[in-house]
Amino acid sequence: MSTTTDAKRKAPAGERVADWADGRLGIYSLAKANMRKIFPDHWSFMLGEICLYSFIIIILTGVYLTLFFHPSMNEVHYHGSYVPMQGIRMTEAYASTLDISFDVRGGLLIRQIHHWAALIFIAGMFVHMMRVFFTGAFRKPREINWLFGFLLFALGMFTGFTGYSLPDDLLSGTGVRFTQGAILSVPIVGTYISMFLFGGEFPGHDIIARFYSIHILLLPGIMLGLVVAHLILVFYHKHTQFPGPGRTNKNVVGMPLLPVYMAKAGGFFFLVFGVIAVIAALFTINPIWALGPYRPDQVSTGAQPDWYMGFAEGLVRVMPGWEINLWGHTLVLGVFIPLVVFGLVLAAIAVYPFIESWITGDKREHHILDRPRNAPTRTALGVAWVTSYMVMLIGGGNDIFATHLHMSINSITWFVRIFYFVGPVIAFIVTKRICMGLQRRDRDKVLHGRESGIIKRLPHGEFVEIHEPLSQSQRYSLTAHEQYEPAEVGPAVDENGVERKLTRGEKLRAKLSKGYFGEGNQVPKATAEEYREISSGHGGHH
Amino acid sequence: MSSNEISDKNLPHEQGSAHGTAVAENPFADPGLPPHKPRIQDVDEQAAKRSERTVALLFTVSMLATIGFIASFVIFPVDEIVYVWPIGHVSATNLSLGLTLGVALFCIGAGAVHWARTLMSDEEFADDRHAIEAAPEVKAKVMTDFADGARESAIGRRPLIRNTMLGALAMVPLSGVVLLRELGPLPEKKLFHTSWKKGLQLINMNTNEPLRPEDVVVGSLTFAKPEGLEEDDEDFNNKIAKDALMIVRIQPQDIKDRRELEWSHEGIVAFSKICTHVGCPISLYEQQTHHVLCPCHQSTFDLSDGARVIFGPAGHPLPQLRIGVNGEGNLEALGDFAEPVGPAFWERG
Ligand code: HEM
Ligand code: FES
Repeated sequence: MSTTTDAKRKAPAGERVADWADGRLGIYSLAKANMRKIFPDHWSFMLGEICLYSFIIIILTGVYLTLFFHPSMNEVHYHGSYVPMQGIRMTEAYASTLDISFDVRGGLLIRQIHHWAALIFIAGMFVHMMRVFFTGAFRKPREINWLFGFLLFALGMFTGFTGYSLPDDLLSGTGVRFTQGAILSVPIVGTYISMFLFGGEFPGHDIIARFYSIHILLLPGIMLGLVVAHLILVFYHKHTQFPGPGRTNKNVVGMPLLPVYMAKAGGFFFLVFGVIAVIAALFTINPIWALGPYRPDQVSTGAQPDWYMGFAEGLVRVMPGWEINLWGHTLVLGVFIPLVVFGLVLAAIAVYPFIESWITGDKREHHILDRPRNAPTRTALGVAWVTSYMVMLIGGGNDIFATHLHMSINSITWFVRIFYFVGPVIAFIVTKRICMGLQRRDRDKVLHGRESGIIKRLPHGEFVEIHEPLSQSQRYSLTAHEQYEPAEVGPAVDENGVERKLTRGEKLRAKLSKGYFGEGNQVPKATAEEYREISSGHGGHH
Repeated sequence: MSSNEISDKNLPHEQGSAHGTAVAENPFADPGLPPHKPRIQDVDEQAAKRSERTVALLFTVSMLATIGFIASFVIFPVDEIVYVWPIGHVSATNLSLGLTLGVALFCIGAGAVHWARTLMSDEEFADDRHAIEAAPEVKAKVMTDFADGARESAIGRRPLIRNTMLGALAMVPLSGVVLLRELGPLPEKKLFHTSWKKGLQLINMNTNEPLRPEDVVVGSLTFAKPEGLEEDDEDFNNKIAKDALMIVRIQPQDIKDRRELEWSHEGIVAFSKICTHVGCPISLYEQQTHHVLCPCHQSTFDLSDGARVIFGPAGHPLPQLRIGVNGEGNLEALGDFAEPVGPAFWERG
């Protein structure tokens, strides 16, 4: 009895609190599994952290903004401290954004941090997604987490768009008008969607309030759930790692969560927040006071959306204005096709992991990352996708490119139209060649060693460069990648001599598999026999 | 799927991970984790002390910056504008608050990262991974549990319950869908009409006075709204989104389109200002060519030829308003637009 009381008295306060919590939440078992969990280190693994931290910053600053922002389209005359707008009619939404910018101390800073963090959030997700794609981190068991990430990216664009529209300034109102025009182009139900979304004809009196609840509640709520699910899965699957000595598909090598990873990741949050605060202090974003309140009959020139919508903007700008009138109805292809392509380009991201695993037929777990060069077809497809995306960004800024490059809008538009189709093909071919070249170089390095830069003269006068053999761990790292054989369709006659009908799917898969892994689509890696032959044959040089 | 299954032959063999003896035989075998190399701070307490001081300094700077933040908040009036090279005139509060906050946050981060990199152990460890998939026995247990549960519920034996339950669950969300009906009115013919009707005078947007033919000179672009629509009206934005007019004077002999000439008043033509692409207001006029340009996506319309689209993504011409002159000598509408203004839609026809 006395010993237990003794023990209790001696336990420090922190431990007593932990004991209390453990009795109710079981935190010790949780901590046992996770406190010293190993996290591999690589600079590209920080991209996801940037997204997480900017999301947290957005929520913090967003909540502050809700304290001052009035999501109302009631018209008022402005009487705040920004002189040029005195007495002008505007919606309360616009007036309260002016107040946040000019009458709330620090309000402008929080607005700017919110907007900058939003831009960085979406850019971060884009680059993070590229990292996952090009290293093959989306393979089993992580396909579902890929989908969660994809949804976050897509929803992030819409959250950003609705937030951008809230101040009801001339620029964002023009963006909303654009959206309404695009909705009208949807066959059969377009006018209904528009009337229901806007509570009547454009612009109506409801859209700001509706966007507000979508922007601060609906979408962030869903996104918060997705972020949590995304992180739980990262913990559960454990992080992937690049190939290297001691790193296998069955282990994870790195430093423990407590203390190193916690200090680095926690510190990185403050670094990201600090950098965004400084950017917000120095670079004005969205100066709504310079634009004026929205009016459907006014417009500012050089109207541009935030960068993540530039791609949709480009599609709408370069599409020819096709309209088909038939049986008393109009099919507005000139706007509807861009809308559909927008959806398809995003959907391509979502489905890729499932297509690739269908082609490889691989059902094993993958925890070792691919170097992009070692998956030339995948890498080339990714670069082709990015190319088409970038071409459309150019399309979205065709007027800006035209004025800056002193070219006519017409030629930029035609450039974009042609390159939207040709660019990805060129990118695909070039990328694949580069990947194969790099694979060949790796193979040479493994077999012949690294170029040392030292030139030696042979007795008969020839000059050769000395090649230093690689270390065992370098050789291992460069040959650790797996190479698939192209899948065969299999015999047309099965083992019982019965003719087997090949489905169209099987044939397609065999063809694709050949395109991925067939001859000429990957460089066979060096074998041990080749290595021994060469290293016993003629020493360190060739 | 099974007939569609491809054999595993094409899958690569797992790289044998071989330690010790196997390394000599296989030049590509995994040599295992390299031994840990100590950093300078691990062996030299002097260097470790230096790191410690750097970290502490960063945390101290952060504290000072937070004090600076509070001081700036108190000192600078919210409307003070300062000139700072090279960024120009900026709000003093925004700049000082942002920089101090940024420094305060950044130094915490830099301190923590420096601490982790130089003073915390950088030894690498390996954790085992376990297959995500359950072992066969676990799966078998779950399957029998599920079968037991399903049997006890009798859902398979009593299809009447199952079917009515599914029906009820499928129908109950309909209430939610029906409620959404209140979001807005039906389109009906709303998009086909504007406020314009016969006899309404054209009011100059700039002067708020009725427009007279002599006010419209060759080469200028004039904007107009219907008489009776005031900027302070409750639904001004809704109205002007469809009523906005663009008026130019073109020499009658330069008008190529017969109907356009008929609907003009001595070469004064009135077109909808709302772009037929996705609805931006048109704002730029090129007087020599009589082209107007929409700044949003550069659709260009030829006002001397029925506002035909000559460039850009718009799909049809700008609708024209038929105008004349009333008894007082002011321009007036002779009816509504003959077709819907703004972007095209399914029912437009
Ligand atoms: C999750 C991703 C989010 C993104 C990408 C995002 C993006 C944006 C953007 C670009 C703006 C325009 C800011 C401007 O320049 O004026 C904005 C405004 C706003 N956001 Fe967010 N936001 C997000 C989440 C939130 C959350 C969670 C809240 C609140 C709980 C919030 C509250 C607001 C408010 C009140 C405004 C209008 C105030 C103003 O414009 O000054 N946002 N948002
Ligand atoms: S809205 Fe005028 S060109 Fe698109």
